[in-house]
Amino acid sequence: MSDMKPMPETSPNSPERRRFISAATVAAGVTLVPGVMLIEVAHGRPEDQPASSAVRWGMLVDATKCAAGCDECVSACSTENGWTPVAESKHPKQAPQWIRKLELQDPLTQMETNLPMMCQHCAEPPCVDVCPTGASFKRADGIVLVNRHTCIGCRYCMMACPYKARSLVHEPLNDTQKPDVPRGIGCVEACTFCVQKVDRGDGTTACVEACTAAGHNALVFGDMNDPESEISRRLRELPTKQVRADLNLNLGVRYHGI
Amino acid sequence: MAGKIKRLLALGAVVLTTAALAWAGSDDQPKAGGAPKPVITKAAKGEQCVEPNDFMRRNHMKVLLHHRDETVLEGIRTKKYSLKECINCHASEKTGSVAASKDDFCVSCHSYAAVKIDCFDCHSTKPQGSMAMHPLNAETAHYAHKLAAQADRKISAEDMAGIAQ
Ligand code: HEC
Ligand code: HEC
Ligand code: HEC
Repeated sequence: MSDMKPMPETSPNSPERRRFISAATVAAGVTLVPGVMLIEVAHGRPEDQPASSAVRWGMLVDATKCAAGCDECVSACSTENGWTPVAESKHPKQAPQWIRKLELQDPLTQMETNLPMMCQHCAEPPCVDVCPTGASFKRADGIVLVNRHTCIGCRYCMMACPYKARSLVHEPLNDTQKPDVPRGIGCVEACTFCVQKVDRGDGTTACVEACTAAGHNALVFGDMNDPESEISRRLRELPTKQVRADLNLNLGVRYHGI
Repeated sequence: MAGKIKRLLALGAVVLTTAALAWAGSDDQPKAGGAPKPVITKAAKGEQCVEPNDFMRRNHMKVLLHHRDETVLEGIRTKKYSLKECINCHASEKTGSVAASKDDFCVSCHSYAAVKIDCFDCHSTKPQGSMAMHPLNAETAHYAHKLAAQADRKISAEDMAGIAQ
């Protein structure tokens, strides 16, 4: 029981192998209508395998496609992860915001930009640096998480985060949580890149699914280490920015059109 | 020191519990000489546990805590010792939960042995899929309309026609 599984010497997720597998899966997938695949190519890994550092999950936000007044990504996140949206909360100032919509306006030109803001899944996360218990951590595949089993609710990480991405659960949740997404009073929480979905092999997040279903296609999720992934392709083509790039945090969320 | 005594007491309680259970079998209200015993609500699913009963009685906390760290820190998602799976099998048919009433699976033994766990401050006590059965849960009621709209949108008649071709 106390024997932790050793990391395999040669990673089963080496880029070559993955590239080969994804090529093979694409060939095996049945194309029904152009663009519609019956067998979705997801980044499933066997359930007994730990997350691998060969993968780095990331998201591309195309702010030019992000619609004013639309909050599909926010409500999809709230539904998937079971947090009460600000508008429904009895204490709006304390309400959790795993993701929120921002409307920016250039004071000189009046140009408006819409974008979702959430945990940027930094490669060098300040929240991890300041955590006194080690509860704030970065998983091998780049997802920044709070281990709620060791979080003491001190909120240093909330102070350290340049993106105001984290919130504290102030109220008992009285068994209203989703079975797949435990969360609870006295702990800090934030966007998990839908780790429960990623580990299931869905290869996407609730917000991305909702944005795509709504026809905006402003969000792309995928493996930034895999040169064949859609996100890598789009990142190669589009000029993108990191928010507060001056902090040198190497973000997992990249924005186009800001 | 106090912790040690508590542990010893609790361990004693496990031994007592185990002995009593072995003696009482799966009786609904096991009683030994009039003294109340914990109720073991029968698992709703499965013929047997993930390990033999006597191992689980003594060691369920160890396997749970070990699996917890493997899952959260490393992303290992095996089902065997997953808390979600315990709940899927052990939720009572009456309450649909492992910890809603005093006779529910994760409650009765613990109150008998004076063990307090905080797992259900965060973890749902109900099996997966049960949220969908209660669309008017307080926290998700405001999404009922959105969920319905999404269900409509996901597969349209055109999509179906496209697939059939
Ligand atoms: C496949 C369904 C299944 C799963 C999964 C499962 N159990 Fe069980 N468990 C059972 C059955 C069946 C029994 C036998 C007693 C009964 O019929 O209720 C049992 C017995 C037990 C007992 C001993 C009860 C007694 O008689 O004293 C404990 C403790 C226990 N389980 C804890 C757990 C924990 C903790 C988990 C999660 C790690 C778990 N079980 C997962 C089905 C399951
Ligand atoms: C403060 C909130 C919180 C508390 C309290 C808590 N957990 Fe968790 N637990 C979580 C979160 C969040 C996860 C990660 C879920 C995921 O990634 O799918 C998790 C995951 C787990 C997992 C792996 C997933 C699964 O269902 O198998 C286990 C096992 C687990 N916890 C056991 C426990 C046990 C046992 C306790 C009580 C001693 C406990 N937890 C208390 C928040 C909590
Ligand atoms: C057969 C009786 C019994 C059942 C059923 C039972 N437990 Fe326990 N559990 C105990 C006892 C007794 C202890 C204390 C053992 C000790 O401290 O050595 C304990 C301790 C624990 C602990 C460690 C608490 C701590 O503070 O160290 C956890 C976690 C736990 N149980 C989880 C569960 C969960 C989850 C379930 C339901 C799936 C469950 N138990 C069902 C008897 C039971």
